[in-house]
Amino acid sequence: MKHYDAELHTRGESLYVDDVAPPGGMLHAVVYGSPIGHGTLESLDVERAKAAPGVFRILTADDIPGENQIGPVQQDEPLFTDDSLDYFGHPIALIVAETHEDAIYARDLIDAEVSEKPAIVDPREAHEKGEILGTPRTFAMGDVEKAWKQCDVIVEGRADVAGQEHLYLETQRARAVPTEGDRIRIYSSTQSPYAVQKAVARIIGVPNHKVEVDVIRLGGGFGGKEDQATAWACMSALASHLLETPVQLVLHRLDDLLMTGKRHPYTADYKLGLRRDGTIVAYDVSHYQNAGAKTDLSLAVLERTLFHSTNAYYVPNVRAYAASCRTNLPPNTAFRGFGGPQGMFAMECAISHAAEELDISREELQRKNLITEGQSFPYGQRAERARARTSWKEADEEYNLTQMRAEIDTFNAEHHDKKRGLAAMPVCFGISFTGTFLNQASALLHVYTDGSVSLSTGGVEMGQGVNSKLINMAARALGISVDRIKVETTNTTRIANMSPSAASATSDLNGAATILAAKELLNRFREMIAREMGIQDADNLSFQNERVFYRNRETEWTWEKTVSHAYMSRISLSAQAFYATPNIWFDKEREEGRPFAYHVYGTAFIDVTVDTLRGTYDIDSVRLVHDLGRTVNKLVDLGQIEGGLAQGLGWMTLEELAFDDDGRLLSNALSTYKAPDGYFMPDDVRVKWLEEENPEGPYGSKAVGEPPLMYGIGVYFAIRDAMRAFDADANFPYDAPLTPEKVLLQLHHGRLSGLWEDSLAEQKTTELPVAGE
Amino acid sequence: MADTVTFWLNDRRVETEEHAGLLVLDYLRKRRFLTGTKEGCKEGDCGACTILIGEIRDGELVYEPTTSCLVPLGEMHGRHVVSIEGLNLADGLNPVQRAMTDRGGSQCGFCTPGFIVSMCWYLMASSDETPTLKGFQRAFSGNLCRCTGYTSIDRASEDLVSDFGPGGRFEQIWSADDRIQALCDAELLPAYFADMADQLAAIPPLEEERHDYADIAEFFVAGGTDLYVQKGEEIPRTDVKILNRHPEMRGIERDDEAGVFRVGALTSFEEFGQHPEIRAIMPRMDHYLYLIASLQLRVRATLAGNIINASPIGDMTNLLLALDTTLVFHDGTRERQVEMKNFFEGYKTYDKEPHEIMTRLLIPIPDDDTRIHFEKVSKREALDIATVNSGAKIRVDDDGIIRVASLTVGGVAPVPLWLEKTEDYLVGKALDVKTVRDGLRVAHSEMAPISDVRGSADYKRLLAHQLLSAHFTELYGDRISFDALLAG
Ligand code: FES
Ligand code: FES
Repeated sequence: MKHYDAELHTRGESLYVDDVAPPGGMLHAVVYGSPIGHGTLESLDVERAKAAPGVFRILTADDIPGENQIGPVQQDEPLFTDDSLDYFGHPIALIVAETHEDAIYARDLIDAEVSEKPAIVDPREAHEKGEILGTPRTFAMGDVEKAWKQCDVIVEGRADVAGQEHLYLETQRARAVPTEGDRIRIYSSTQSPYAVQKAVARIIGVPNHKVEVDVIRLGGGFGGKEDQATAWACMSALASHLLETPVQLVLHRLDDLLMTGKRHPYTADYKLGLRRDGTIVAYDVSHYQNAGAKTDLSLAVLERTLFHSTNAYYVPNVRAYAASCRTNLPPNTAFRGFGGPQGMFAMECAISHAAEELDISREELQRKNLITEGQSFPYGQRAERARARTSWKEADEEYNLTQMRAEIDTFNAEHHDKKRGLAAMPVCFGISFTGTFLNQASALLHVYTDGSVSLSTGGVEMGQGVNSKLINMAARALGISVDRIKVETTNTTRIANMSPSAASATSDLNGAATILAAKELLNRFREMIAREMGIQDADNLSFQNERVFYRNRETEWTWEKTVSHAYMSRISLSAQAFYATPNIWFDKEREEGRPFAYHVYGTAFIDVTVDTLRGTYDIDSVRLVHDLGRTVNKLVDLGQIEGGLAQGLGWMTLEELAFDDDGRLLSNALSTYKAPDGYFMPDDVRVKWLEEENPEGPYGSKAVGEPPLMYGIGVYFAIRDAMRAFDADANFPYDAPLTPEKVLLQLHHGRLSGLWEDSLAEQKTTELPVAGE
Repeated sequence: MADTVTFWLNDRRVETEEHAGLLVLDYLRKRRFLTGTKEGCKEGDCGACTILIGEIRDGELVYEPTTSCLVPLGEMHGRHVVSIEGLNLADGLNPVQRAMTDRGGSQCGFCTPGFIVSMCWYLMASSDETPTLKGFQRAFSGNLCRCTGYTSIDRASEDLVSDFGPGGRFEQIWSADDRIQALCDAELLPAYFADMADQLAAIPPLEEERHDYADIAEFFVAGGTDLYVQKGEEIPRTDVKILNRHPEMRGIERDDEAGVFRVGALTSFEEFGQHPEIRAIMPRMDHYLYLIASLQLRVRATLAGNIINASPIGDMTNLLLALDTTLVFHDGTRERQVEMKNFFEGYKTYDKEPHEIMTRLLIPIPDDDTRIHFEKVSKREALDIATVNSGAKIRVDDDGIIRVASLTVGGVAPVPLWLEKTEDYLVGKALDVKTVRDGLRVAHSEMAPISDVRGSADYKRLLAHQLLSAHFTELYGDRISFDALLAG
């Protein structure tokens, strides 16, 4: 098993958008965005910028020949703003120049006159003021109001969780090349080539078929290029269309951080009712999503928050409310987990709160309430082949939770300047796009007369290994060596109307379509060979190891012979197939249905050590059991688990997106926004899998992209556990990420300030300049 | 300005008259179309642009890994610039590439060339006695990967540890006298590396303006690790002076007569931290280096650059300040010395004339009873900019009386702060919990932190308190315990 791109990667020979040799005359574009968080653009003076060296043209909304609109769902997102400035970096104009450096230089010469309005950055404030996108949704099951009466304990509280920067290593970028007439080809770093195609067509005012979008690969996406790659592709296309020359737009990291949306911050009010023995009876939660200034994919993200609001637990009475709140941040967007993690975080906070109240261990409470076969999720779907309890049990057997806990207790009894903590994190995540119509895919297979195979699908390779899995599946379906198969770039001319590569479903959908295409091809071959062999039972012909078998006996037909014979017999060597996930539906009126083909389960145990003197912490180990199905590529799947985990751990700890009250991003560079590095990750990461055939996935496999991220949520509670070992009575707020700052301030809250307050009493307060780097 | 700069780029000798301030990264990608080197941030924080720079030092060719997004092209004269393309074998994969491929150490691939370069460097040039996982982790500490979570990269490293370690199939390479030659012989490195030392020696030195310190440029670039982050767009458009062309301004010398270490102003963090004399006075140097910066930046960042940048949270600055360092300046005709404790005046202002250049640092050699320590906390433990940092030089005599208590704190004032009153207070008192606690009270009257993205004012004050406490618990744990300090 391999990651088939890796050889090129390690030699630095893989091509990303701007690694392809630039076509002659290519110009470079840079975006000029709003200098304020909220207000109105009164006037724009670009004269000095226009005169700067190397500048060809400066484009604004007025230059758009088509429609100034790129909103994927709601039509609330002009490519360039007309006059309303809704967030810092909100695109106003595009500078097109001979070099990237010239364009950057010219950008500083643009003058905008603006008038400011107060910005909203808090979703609760937005909710109060009626700044709501779409319609709030409520999922309900049982009757919470009645259920409170059956509860022995009810806890109520608030859970806040911040956003997260995608930090794909390759920033957003696109290159547009005019072909002939008003046709255009776009090389884009997008998870959604079709979305780019549609939006470009709309902007420049041509039908979709005149726009070809081609994607080789992405240097990471994680959801950040599902919808938000579109704007930059449109801008380069617009410039290229108007100037009739290739134009490339590569966002500088600082612009990318400033202008693109991130994981949605959420704030929630929870109420959880339980019986004395820890059985959960009722859960009421209200989620306020910080959507940013435009709708983007927020409403779909919101929906998934509701789908995962009870995580892997069974709760008989649920009321879950969620509202998407408009604020003056860049439009927040898809990010691995797609709203699910925020829903789970609130539930885990409620459970933690209840455990502290009941004085039961958090793990005990979690274990007791895990969902089992046949029980319902709050949206009506029943758990089928549920693995919540199995994965917990396996994890406990493998890693011994009781012993881990005992070791930690011993350590804590002996140490004061260091405290250890432990938490478990079960995960249950639904697979399928929740917009049912998106669960479709097609594949196009060509076999050349030398026996080599070209495969095109709508799957975009962004590191998640979809190409590798497709190669594995196609080789298996055709019974040939992986070396014969090449996965093509993702291209809108070869595959029409493709769904984005998202929702963990890319390999499932495109793999299933690939297998269907292979089958169709093999059926033609069977018929042909049966005819040649003079047999009636073509069904007994099978293809394995580059050979054709008849009733399991090898025949003289090799793959190459079959292919060339088919060609000579004028039998098509190309096949196209279409797959739509069966048996899924959702009724939005009743908020009920079977939206998911299946669920992915798993359980992680995470332990940490907190330095109570300095407030810093180390993650000591992460041990988990993950429900993988029958993997088609173990190396790829393992990589998804470990990589997702790292992102989840980062989100809960050091990745702190900071905005000021005006909506200005403070953590605006990689020097201030910190993602996990090699030292941050524990050396002890153990992954064990549950390998059971999944009838809903190609070759029995399961989707793997998103669920592992949510194991990371456990680290929040492990750190909290260690903090409570230092101060058992402390009532720390539920507010992620749990940065070293919060840890130290909470550990020593009120304890030490007495030591210096008196010494400061006499000190005059003087104005100090802002300390920088 | 339009000096012709001659160097080796992978397996070719090249000459260029490009602007001296042009970034090597831009030169590679935009001028030479060597696109294996990636740009992830252009501020030294991701490592996607990692290259090797080979240089003859004391007659030997030494390679160092660095981030090409912070290195001016003008400095490359006489050097060997190695990008990923220069490490590739004509066919197939080298052992690092093989291990990374087999172990799934590459997903989207965008970070991968950077990792490969760092890991190859470890095999080519590390001074570790035997390869270890920790050694590899140190080597790629400046490389960010958003996809893998590093676990698979660790596994690849472990493969290499067994291949190159004792009993491994490439064991002989690690112990060879000339490891680069051995790697070439084993066909793990392209053959052209074998005579690179001769090739570089054949490049005549630039006509150098050794002493024209007074020649003012818009930008003086030393290591460039912060300057390029702040002014990266401007530098290639204006007048620059590349200080690193002055090898005479590096290195460390012990002068027992004067009782000081004479340290060249352009000595890099790494050179400083690896020097045996310096390690002798600061035994925990490896930990400090780990906290301070990645290897890619440590080989570039200079002591003078850190001081002149005058950031209140400069790590080396706060450490050197605690060590009672004296700074030596030269303006072309005259030398002038300034005690570092008098150097900083206000936020990013200091006692230096525009035409003066820092040439040396004088660090008093501490006696055997003096203990030195450095503390730092940032959001991410390693390789992040400090929220608060602190240096300490403390001497307590046999009678238990504090004689020296030079304490510094960064992040709590507009300047790197020497706690003068605290030292006054502590000196002459017996070292016990009460003294420390009262001393901290004095320290608080000297600090005035403000809130910013690295932390709130309250946090910084609390953290400063904790880190100052930590000096005593770390250095005098037998007398001052955390519990006792807390019990106040
Ligand atoms: S581009 Fe990120 S370190 Fe150079
Ligand atoms: S493989 Fe994608 S960033 Fe490392």
